[in-house]
Amino acid sequence: MSRRSTMTVAKDAAVEAVTAPEVSREASREASPEEAPATVTTTYREALREAHREVLARDPRVFLMGEDVGRYGGSFAVSLGLLEEFGEERIRDTPLSESAFTGAGIGAALRGLRPIVEIMTVNFSLLALDQIMNNAATLRHMSGGQLSVPMVIRMTTGAGRQLAAQHSHSLEGWYASIPGIRVIAPATLEDARGMLGPAVEDPDPVVLFEHGSLYNLSGTLPVDPVRVDIESAAVRRAGTDITFIAYAGGLGKALAAADLLAAESISAEVIDLRVLRPLDDATIMASVTRTHRVVIVDEAWRTGSLAAEISARIVEQAFFELDAPIERVCAAEVPVPYAHHLEEAALPQAEDIAAAARRAVGAHG
Amino acid sequence: MTRELFLELFTGLLREMIRIRRFEEKCVELYSATKIRGFLHLCIGEEAVAVGVVGALSEDDAVVSTYREHGHALARGVPMPSIMAEMFGKATGCSGGRGGSMHLFDASRRFYGGNAIVAGGMPVAVGLALADHLSDDRAVTVCLFGDGAFAEGEFHESANLAALWNLPVLFCCENNRYAMGTALAREHASTDLAMRAAAYGMVAWTVDGMDVIAVREATDRALEYVRDSGKPCFLELRTYRFRAHSMYDPDRYRDKSEIATWKKSDPIPALEAKLVSDGLMTPAEVERWRAGVEAEVDAEIAAAVESADAAPLEPVEDLLRHVTTEAADGVALLAGGRST
Repeated sequence: MSRRSTMTVAKDAAVEAVTAPEVSREASREASPEEAPATVTTTYREALREAHREVLARDPRVFLMGEDVGRYGGSFAVSLGLLEEFGEERIRDTPLSESAFTGAGIGAALRGLRPIVEIMTVNFSLLALDQIMNNAATLRHMSGGQLSVPMVIRMTTGAGRQLAAQHSHSLEGWYASIPGIRVIAPATLEDARGMLGPAVEDPDPVVLFEHGSLYNLSGTLPVDPVRVDIESAAVRRAGTDITFIAYAGGLGKALAAADLLAAESISAEVIDLRVLRPLDDATIMASVTRTHRVVIVDEAWRTGSLAAEISARIVEQAFFELDAPIERVCAAEVPVPYAHHLEEAALPQAEDIAAAARRAVGAHG
Repeated sequence: MTRELFLELFTGLLREMIRIRRFEEKCVELYSATKIRGFLHLCIGEEAVAVGVVGALSEDDAVVSTYREHGHALARGVPMPSIMAEMFGKATGCSGGRGGSMHLFDASRRFYGGNAIVAGGMPVAVGLALADHLSDDRAVTVCLFGDGAFAEGEFHESANLAALWNLPVLFCCENNRYAMGTALAREHASTDLAMRAAAYGMVAWTVDGMDVIAVREATDRALEYVRDSGKPCFLELRTYRFRAHSMYDPDRYRDKSEIATWKKSDPIPALEAKLVSDGLMTPAEVERWRAGVEAEVDAEIAAAVESADAAPLEPVEDLLRHVTTEAADGVALLAGGRST
């Protein structure tokens, strides 16, 4: 089912906290409240914030730390107001020491707390990669199962905001190749609101990617949060002719491409991966078995990408279901440039996805 | 302290140093016999640090160590058979055969490993201390590392964070003067490590790391300070490894004369001499006592080797266990020839 009717993406999504809207608390009720649940108008950013408020209020072991999460209100304003509500011990501003505060999260998790560590962007997370890879993902196995690292590491990923090559990359596929961590990427308001809770409860480290272009995504959510899982992919739009596999920032583009194709009587099914590790092969293969054609949308570089991994799995598990070569629509193999037109050209766009779909459908019509 | 208490303390320290020394000498034999493989880093010459620091801790304290950690683990009370079995790669090893010499773990004794990324354990130590701080626990986290780690960014980030947040970490820099093969003066613009640590706003002392009594006294004082103040403290323990960096190291970067000079400060004969000079034992009593201790320790080592030899290997079907808590997935995927 498409959720696009309730979403809009503000293209000029601002980075700074000062532009963040306040959480909207009014519930807009439908005509017959007995049948329709009360809803609230919100954004991806506010949904993430509400998710934090919920886990912080529910579990005293949870605390948030990272650069400018407190007084500044969060680099992307996700944590705005949490310092005032939960205090300095639980909303901890850190020095610019990605490795130390990520490792400190690991140590605190080993001791039984449930830290949420915010790293400003995935590019900066490379400064903490030693801790994420060599400790968080590894300690359980290397200790023969004695140690558990129940922490959540959140970071922003993705391009689309003219932030150039050191703030815009999509490296979540790298993380998705590491055994020992779960990697999740909310693309909808419901997931922005719902995925943090189960991530905090996971006994293993979870890396949660927030797409920078989605923070201002707005729409409505039920006042009472919907429980979501961090296990499965979701079919966001049903279709019969071709499967689009996308996640995070790519989902909206895939849905837009499906709209374009609908006008041409091509029915595209759109899968939102949601969980990048472990991949939900069953949902992917079931869809491919229905449609027999695939376009994979990935804002990361094509070489060695998650799109490459998914392609390989489809070939391994559903080769004889395919009626056309797998298509991949990925970022151009270039550091993300600053200029708007170049950045747009470097990224997958809805028209690129639609063109790939037309090739696939035409290839073996 | 009475004479008997001194005698008990000193012989206790000496016995543990001998235990670690002879254990590692056996490891050399077993490495040559290919029973132990991979990297093997020995602390022979540095036993005063292991015994002086780790032996001073209470049960509630935590230890984060390095890849040169056999002595730290033994001093922490990790059972010798489980350490030996780990080095043999057996299922009964303290890390289930998944860690080896560099990755000894014992969660029940709050021994958090064996980290082989130089300085990689330091942020984790800060986090353990943060959890204790948030829980109003009086435990201290002891973080052992070398002079090489002092050059890593992770040390500087961790030292700053521990001092900034007033966290109960005891940083113990086991300065053996070489980062693998690079001499202290060739890796640090300023070689006074305690002074540099003090610049982070931490109490920092330099200690003779070849004198186990000095190490124990400094550690006791540092632990008391950290427990009372809740703040971190830094000890630079000046020591020396008598053997090469690892079994692969041809040791081309040190003069034989330098090694010979440091061997004159060997912490084991030094403490034996002190027993005599303090009038606690006669030379003949030291000889007899030592022979008795060596016989006991050798029997313990022999039993550890025997049990490690006899111990089972982890079944290869369990290869993918302990990657995440959901072991069943891994086993199923392995059976299907697929990877997650």
